[in-house]
Amino acid sequence: MSTIRLTVIDREGVSHELEAPTDMNMNVMELCKSAELPVEGTCGGMAMCASCHCYVEDAASADLPEKSDDEEDMLDEAFHVEDSSRLGCQLHLKDDMDGMVIRLAPVG
Amino acid sequence: MAAGVETTFAAQTIMIQTDILIIGAGPCGLFTVFEAGLLKLKCHLIDALPQAGGQCAEIYPKKPIFDIPAYPEILAGDLVDRLMEQAAPFKPGFTLGERAETIVKDDEDQFIVTTNRGTVHRAPIIAIAGGLGCFEPRKPPVDRLEEYEDRGVEYIIKDPEFYRGKKVVISGGGDSALDWTNFLADGVASEVTLVHRRDGFRGHPDSVQKVLDLAGEGKIRLLTNGEVVGVDGEEHLEGLTIKHKTEGDIRLETDHWVPLFGLSPKLGPIADWNLNISKNAIEVDTFDYSTNVDGVYAIGDINTYPGKLKLILCGFHEATLMVQSAFKRIYPDKNLVLKYTTVNGVNGF
Repeated sequence: MSTIRLTVIDREGVSHELEAPTDMNMNVMELCKSAELPVEGTCGGMAMCASCHCYVEDAASADLPEKSDDEEDMLDEAFHVEDSSRLGCQLHLKDDMDGMVIRLAPVG
Repeated sequence: MAAGVETTFAAQTIMIQTDILIIGAGPCGLFTVFEAGLLKLKCHLIDALPQAGGQCAEIYPKKPIFDIPAYPEILAGDLVDRLMEQAAPFKPGFTLGERAETIVKDDEDQFIVTTNRGTVHRAPIIAIAGGLGCFEPRKPPVDRLEEYEDRGVEYIIKDPEFYRGKKVVISGGGDSALDWTNFLADGVASEVTLVHRRDGFRGHPDSVQKVLDLAGEGKIRLLTNGEVVGVDGEEHLEGLTIKHKTEGDIRLETDHWVPLFGLSPKLGPIADWNLNISKNAIEVDTFDYSTNVDGVYAIGDINTYPGKLKLILCGFHEATLMVQSAFKRIYPDKNLVLKYTTVNGVNGF
């Protein structure tokens, strides 16, 4: 599969069904930006700003990679952090993410 | 007069004069020095960080970059070193560790830029190469927090003596939170509490162990799995509400709260310079990367235009075109001919 579908729920609660290629080395932050969703991605994807902080709504169903130390460090300094918190820039789009639901965390 | 630039400037005695005043000493700002130097224009750079290199030096000096032409791979820190070497013949000036704060125009069509420490610079051209902006402390989203800033809430510990004999609560799980907890608990503050969202700490293992030891000895109060969610007090901070995962809300009396959640980039004072801003970036004309204020240019990550790519190599291109336009603005009667370095070499100042 080279295209998957993700649902991104924005900060107003609106769901966006996005189609995403898995062979473009993209991550969730970049996907949101390309769909013009309000994700800043200030640091460019180096896990250094938490502006792409999101919640993976169905974490159990997705075989997500473990958080790196960099991601854990950044989430330590972020706000509104929950168990399902991830940095979108560290979630590289893969076939087994098909159907994943992501909710954008509040800004700040 | 250029749009939005005030003309009320009182004469200062000490002033740094240059041709192009560059705000931001990252890769793009440094390469501007070289390109301007080829046109015999002098540059001075201001940066809020204490060293040149911007993010490359401050945040990811050991990360490799793979899209700098002719360098299949180069560490960000090494790139900065090379750019400094390339700029050196043109003897740039630096005002480091200071943030460009205000801009006004004098009656000779020159810009006066003053830093937060009062250093005054004067130039006919301003090149804003500010990257992501200034790095400022990340403020937790707590209601009425602003009311207590400098009235018990501080985001940076400037002088630990300020906390002598006081009750202090520190929030955060990184090195600065751990180090300051250890320092203030060593006979400085009367009472130290460290609040952290998780059980684990990401700081240096020695610092973590010291904090755990101090907590075990009853010398500090360690509140993990908790977050400060409320501040209270009359004129000054008097207490905090902490939401604890298992114990519910806890109120702590304190004189100070120091939330240490790292830094995040903000556009900073430039946002008030009457420049057209779109999505935290300065709008420019791609003809010469000029802004809406005549004589002020913006290059690199801080600008925006249709098709913008935030890449170092694009910043280099923007800097090169920008100095050509700057030259024509400074010397409207002089002809400018592109000269190749292979023909003329690099003739420094």
